[in-house]
Amino acid sequence: MRLLVFALGFGFLLAVPFLTQSIGQPALLTLASRILIYAIAAASLNFILGYGGMVSFGHAAFFGIGAYTVGILFAHHSSAEPLFGLIPGSNQMLITLPAAVLVAGLFAGLIGALSLRTGGVQFIMITLAFAQMLFFFFVSLTPYGAEDGIIIRRTNELFGLNMRDKTVLYYVILAIALVFFLALWRVVNSSFGAVLKGMRQNERRMAAIGFAPYRYKLFAFVLAGMGAGLAGALMANFLRFASPDMMHWTKSGELMIMVILGGVGSFFGPIFGAAAFLILETFLAGWSEHWPLALGLILLVVVMGTKGGISGLFDRFGGRGK
Amino acid sequence: MTDVLRVEGLVKRFGGLLATDHVSLTLRAKEVHALIGPNGAGKSTLINQLCGELAPDEGRVFIGPHDATHLSVPARVTLGLGRTFQVTSLLDDATLRENIALAVQSRAGHSFRIWDRVLGRASIWADTQALLQGSGLEDRADLPAHDISHGERKQLELLVALARKPKFLLLDEPMAGLGHVESQEMITRLQAIAQTTPMLLVEHDMDAVFALATRISVLVYGQIIASGSADEIRANPAVREAYLGAEDELC
Repeated sequence: MRLLVFALGFGFLLAVPFLTQSIGQPALLTLASRILIYAIAAASLNFILGYGGMVSFGHAAFFGIGAYTVGILFAHHSSAEPLFGLIPGSNQMLITLPAAVLVAGLFAGLIGALSLRTGGVQFIMITLAFAQMLFFFFVSLTPYGAEDGIIIRRTNELFGLNMRDKTVLYYVILAIALVFFLALWRVVNSSFGAVLKGMRQNERRMAAIGFAPYRYKLFAFVLAGMGAGLAGALMANFLRFASPDMMHWTKSGELMIMVILGGVGSFFGPIFGAAAFLILETFLAGWSEHWPLALGLILLVVVMGTKGGISGLFDRFGGRGK
Repeated sequence: MTDVLRVEGLVKRFGGLLATDHVSLTLRAKEVHALIGPNGAGKSTLINQLCGELAPDEGRVFIGPHDATHLSVPARVTLGLGRTFQVTSLLDDATLRENIALAVQSRAGHSFRIWDRVLGRASIWADTQALLQGSGLEDRADLPAHDISHGERKQLELLVALARKPKFLLLDEPMAGLGHVESQEMITRLQAIAQTTPMLLVEHDMDAVFALATRISVLVYGQIIASGSADEIRANPAVREAYLGAEDELC
């Protein structure tokens, strides 16, 4: 049953380019691509927020770092000047994506190592502070466009595919998202995943059975940063643009709203959450410039009226809820 | 050295209050050492220092031959400390089975693996099942921990502590809030465990203390005022004075 729903969902995602073509709304394909990318970012936030109980309000920092890694590598590829005179630029997706993931992981390690010494509200504020520090760093980084960001003239190359074609790019993003979610599934159900879920519920108990919370939480924070870095790298390729706005605190807030809309701590929730948020944004923005007001009301209804967001609703209608 | 736990001159101050006043005590192999004392005597403060949640101002704590004074809770657990909480503290959303399995997993190691399947680690689930068997919790094993009764949670605390195969146990009021029948069951269970695992027992229930303890220490105002067998403690005038107050007879 579960497998059937999953197959149907995946079949639908495969068919999206044909559907948007046949209803004459090619812009919807762009929306679908963005949903997939944000689903990766939101799922990586959900990994620490929903599974690990760490309310990070600076998750967009790693999203932006991933995007900038792609942008900076591309800039050095175009100018043929190595970064710091050492690292050659690249426009190969097989290089830039892993590089973005690694760099984001590195930053997450640094930020996490300091932030995780605190907890509760302090943790929320310190992650926010670090993200804003990075935001202002990139705003003042004139060699890479300062507040205007970096324009990436051409999407990275991958296996000689025609990446200018929106449909091809959509399938590349879909394939990467699929790999990401399969990997996430494994991690969530691993030995480490079991420890992480315990940390959310009761750190004192976890310490009493011999798990030092700090190490496990830091590892999870790094993994989540890497996930957001991947999403950011994809977004830079998709928009052919990387800018400081990608790591502004409002972006962190949007990711958090996606997680809450979809259902905190549910595996597929972030996909639903990202879809709901971006679809609402697209249509409400077309209807009124005051669309965040309507979004706020909807968020209120979801938080107060459903147990566990959209995926909580699905569970209940599917008869799997409590 | 047969002491599994040794405390030397432990001092803890909270502002002007001397909560632990130069306490020295030992826990030897095969021993059930009960710590009794009136409310506010500093028993919980002492236990929290022994398990590492609270740092002492002076003095040292040894676990076996290791100086554990500055070790964290998990590091002490790795040295063989097992504990239960006075107010039960469990993973409430996890099932009873998962609560125990996580402690087994902690002992088995490899908890940083992100690419295995925890459900596929057969030895963990087999050990968990072995602990559940005959515990009285077996048919409740797949309920979440927040769905079971207080008495069952007290039992689960004990099973989780045992799952780590501790060298000794710190039991912080294992009878608290239990009914008469449940208390009797708990005493029987602890007697069986005491055959192999030494225990430091903090308890208000005197029936339980006299049924279990091989040695009793009395803590009053952060100081150990007497230490000895059950009979010695019963006969000790200072204890009667400080601890029993107006009561005529102990127990």
